[in-house]
Parts: sequence; structure tokens; C-alpha cells
Amino acid sequence: MKIGRVSGNVVSTINHPFFDGRALMFCDILDVNGEPNGYTIAVDTVGAGVGEAVLIIDEGTSARQIFGLTTGPIRAAIVGIIDSIDTV
Amino acid sequence: MQLGRVTGTVVATIKSEGLEGVKFLVVQPLNKQQEPVGRPVIAADAVYMAGPGELVYFVASREAAEALDPRFVPVDHAIVGIVDQVMI
Repeated sequence: MKIGRVSGNVVSTINHPFFDGRALMFCDILDVNGEPNGYTIAVDTVGAGVGEAVLIIDEGTSARQIFGLTTGPIRAAIVGIIDSIDTV
Repeated sequence: MQLGRVTGTVVATIKSEGLEGVKFLVVQPLNKQQEPVGRPVIAADAVYMAGPGELVYFVASREAAEALDPRFVPVDHAIVGIVDQVMI
């Protein structure tokens, strides 16, 4: 899983049927120091809002499992909202 | 999933089995600022409506093969949505 920050959302009317009714969030991928390092567009499953730090699954089979599906053209999904990160 | 800009079309008459009727487009991957990053890729159009000039989001690898019907045809990038708006 990766740490990300929701920086916006993506509006799409014409899309693959898998994405009908699903919220697409534009997420910066963060490194362990909280610095942005690339981005991904992820399907939200937890109701994350703009500005929140989130946990992102960036692996297709795991992401499909969250939706209870074995097929679907999805790779990234937001699976948690991060309250805090403590590192030693 | 990544943002991309459709910059062209690819026409192939002789194609692998399962790719009949699939439209191929040249897609330039974009960064967060929607500037070109990396080399263009050839993506299958899984929404059947994308065209040159449009902002799209696409998936790669196995997820791309999941996007088309029938599934698991030999593609490695697929457009899964046309972007109306990115709100960052």
C-alpha cells in the first residue's frame, strides 16, 4: 500500500461501465517524509475528501477484491484515511 | 490510473485474435500539471468514444486486458474514461 494525499477529483461522464457511480480521486503519492512523488487516480471506497492523507492500494487484484469482483479495469483504490503516522 | 492526452490514431488491418473492432489511439501520459511526461503509448479505446485531443485516463498491464470485451485480449494500455474536468 502507498500513502497519498487527495488533491482533487476527476469528473468523467463517458467511462468504462466499471466506473459508473464511483468517485475518482486525484491523489498525490507521498514518500515517507510526506513529499509528493508522482500521482495516481484512485477509486474512493471510504469517503475521503480533498486534503486528507489516505492509504492507497496500487495493485489491481487487491483493488478488485475490495469491490468483491474478480474482473474490472481498476488498479488503484483508496482504502483508508490516515489519522497519524509515527516513525521511529 | 494516469491522465493522458490522445494525440493520434493507429490503424492496423491485420491484428491478433480478439482485437477485431478495437480502436487504437496514441496517448501521451501527463503529469499533475497536465504536461507531457515520458513517451507516448498505444492504448486500446475501451470507451469506444475517445478521439484525438481529448483528455483521458488510462490503465496499463493486466488492468488494460480487463477493460475490453472480450477480456484478456493482448493489449497493455487501455483508455477507460474521458475526463470532463480535473478539479485540483
